[in-house]
Amino acid sequence: MSAERITATGMPARARGLALRLISPGGAVFLLLVVLIAGIIALNPGFAEPGQFMRFIQRVAPIAIVAIGQYFVIVSGEFDLSMGSVITAQVVIAGNLIGQDEGMSIPVLLLMIVVGSVIGLVNGLLTTLLRVPSFIVTLGTMLAVLGGVLFWTGGAATGNPADGFRQIGRGGFSNVPLLDYVPYSVIILAVLVAAAVWFSRRPFGRAIVSVGDNPVTARYAGIRVWWVKTAAFMISSLSATVAGVLLVGYAGVHPSVGRGYEFIAITAVVLGGVVLGGGRGWVVAAVAGAFALEALFTLLNFADVSSTMRDGIQGAIIIAAVAYSAVSFGSRPRRGPQTSPVPGKESADSASAASTRSGPTTGTTHISNGG
Amino acid sequence: MTTTIAAKRGARRRLDSTAIVYLALIGVIIVGALLVSTVGRDLFSPGSIRDILTGMSVLGLVAIGQTLVILVGSLDLSVPYVISLSSLIAATTMAGDAANIPLAVALTLLVAALIGLANGLIVTGLKVNGFIATLGVGLIVKGYLDTNYQGSAGSVPAAFQYIGATGIGPVPISTIIMLALAMAVFLLLRRTRTGHHLYAVGGSATVSRLSGLHAGRPRVIAHVLCSVTAALAGLLLASRLGVGSPTVGSQGGYDLLSIAAVVLGGTLLAGGRGSIWGTIGGVAIFAVIDSVMSVMQVNPFLKDVVRGLVIVAAVAVYTSHVSRKRRARFAPTGTDAPATARNTAVTGESR
Repeated sequence: MSAERITATGMPARARGLALRLISPGGAVFLLLVVLIAGIIALNPGFAEPGQFMRFIQRVAPIAIVAIGQYFVIVSGEFDLSMGSVITAQVVIAGNLIGQDEGMSIPVLLLMIVVGSVIGLVNGLLTTLLRVPSFIVTLGTMLAVLGGVLFWTGGAATGNPADGFRQIGRGGFSNVPLLDYVPYSVIILAVLVAAAVWFSRRPFGRAIVSVGDNPVTARYAGIRVWWVKTAAFMISSLSATVAGVLLVGYAGVHPSVGRGYEFIAITAVVLGGVVLGGGRGWVVAAVAGAFALEALFTLLNFADVSSTMRDGIQGAIIIAAVAYSAVSFGSRPRRGPQTSPVPGKESADSASAASTRSGPTTGTTHISNGG
Repeated sequence: MTTTIAAKRGARRRLDSTAIVYLALIGVIIVGALLVSTVGRDLFSPGSIRDILTGMSVLGLVAIGQTLVILVGSLDLSVPYVISLSSLIAATTMAGDAANIPLAVALTLLVAALIGLANGLIVTGLKVNGFIATLGVGLIVKGYLDTNYQGSAGSVPAAFQYIGATGIGPVPISTIIMLALAMAVFLLLRRTRTGHHLYAVGGSATVSRLSGLHAGRPRVIAHVLCSVTAALAGLLLASRLGVGSPTVGSQGGYDLLSIAAVVLGGTLLAGGRGSIWGTIGGVAIFAVIDSVMSVMQVNPFLKDVVRGLVIVAAVAVYTSHVSRKRRARFAPTGTDAPATARNTAVTGESR
């Protein structure tokens, strides 16, 4: 499969390759994003100014960070529905425990990271070791974490963390040359995107994708599937934690902060052309999906579309985006179960592919006979 | 609990998934009855039984439809909005006049069927994943609801409110309707060609296509039926509330709860395996737990914690049993590589 990709991108006609990339599911989101931003600028020229644009990125940052986490879970073939609850939990923890005492910031931040890791670990272990579908596991943790947090706080908004802590999400460097204003959250986002891209290219990042593509072959390739998936869930919960830290500053402390983020994140990831079910997708496209989603809302805002219509338009757009990639590229076999090879077209390539395909089957038979 | 597992192992061949669900239900009822008796109440009093059965009816209706959709390997996240829309269409069309009831019911079911048709066609024709398709359609319906309705609207005549309010002995009419529908769907799945097609397509779309069965029609049928049962739930809620409400569906969280009930009932989330009575058992487990918690006056937020833990724990106990059975079933043939890969993928690791 990777061999195909390399030959496709390494075509002599570079321009044609670029054009193909832009209309491919992973590339279309960039086209969509450019169109949306052009639309916003047409309606409101001030948007193109660096300061305003930076504030736009600041607004997207939590969504984009959550999308990065959800990307790793989805590409490994699972779902994480608990992200919204984790964000809420972290926001409430920060609000309740830091209070006005700036000295508490670092210990509480460490506590939040621990809480995030533990939730991800639980999600991952329940999914992999107890074989509960991740949809159900994370639905359970979503209910349990949110219920637990609301029980703890009594369901009401409580406390505001110290200003120093809130600065992470709301503050920034002003008077920067060229860019005018650079919020801290934009820097955090840039660092995380770079880290995610780097991580995706590492063996472990590739293992996450291969586990999502075919867990059986991944296991025979020596990958510890349970650990790889669990790590993906931990990345997801930790990204929700970071989003929570930013949202404390940006949106304040309220038990409704974070609500619906799991679906926003999944939408963004899917807009980025990542395939639900795992094995395919690019993390940068997932981030672009988050940008496109927020750009869409901003555009609707500038176009004076009533806020109640937004949901409907969002729904139509995500269906259209996924339908686009499914209809124009769905004919390409995803896992290659080519059951009846076309006579005459048989080549050494397809023969070797067939033999690797039959590998897992015999292997599974062997194991189940033994155990 | 340990005795249940031991019994299960002894008679592994005899016990199918539905039996396990009902064993779990009996366990939950026993534990619930003990807990309730500690605060001096009786779980088996007529009032308490009526509570449990009433609690089962709405979620049961939604879960019946959701079972069909999950059987064909899809999902329906649009149900809460279909429920709200149905309650509004019914209440505003009836407008307090009993003569309008047939028209209102017909119109509600028709609109719901069209939404289901849209879901099904998007999933089959446009090849959009069921998760995204129904999420999108749900958002579109939500946009319509938010734009056109600011609050409760319409009014339901007394004759229609009767359905939600009365019962035979401790058994509410609404529960009888739900169980009758479950019976109908059970017969559909067991006795009709369409029912077998639903299982075939859910089991493996590739294999069913190679056997000359296109995945499209069964999938569309499942989505239409799911929206129609959601509309029935909406009608029932309208009858209980006396008005239509734009938020009644989403407040109930029926999308995720119905999926949880279906999986709790032993239906594979990946499709192709499951039963309607299992789903009803799953719904009953939820209803008993909810009823016990209300009698015990558990904090409403803590209820969610318990629900979440029960969902995960129940499904964990369940999958640990079922996956073993499934491997024995697929491995000896060893010819269908994609199917084996898929089933292992669904159940997770083998060790």
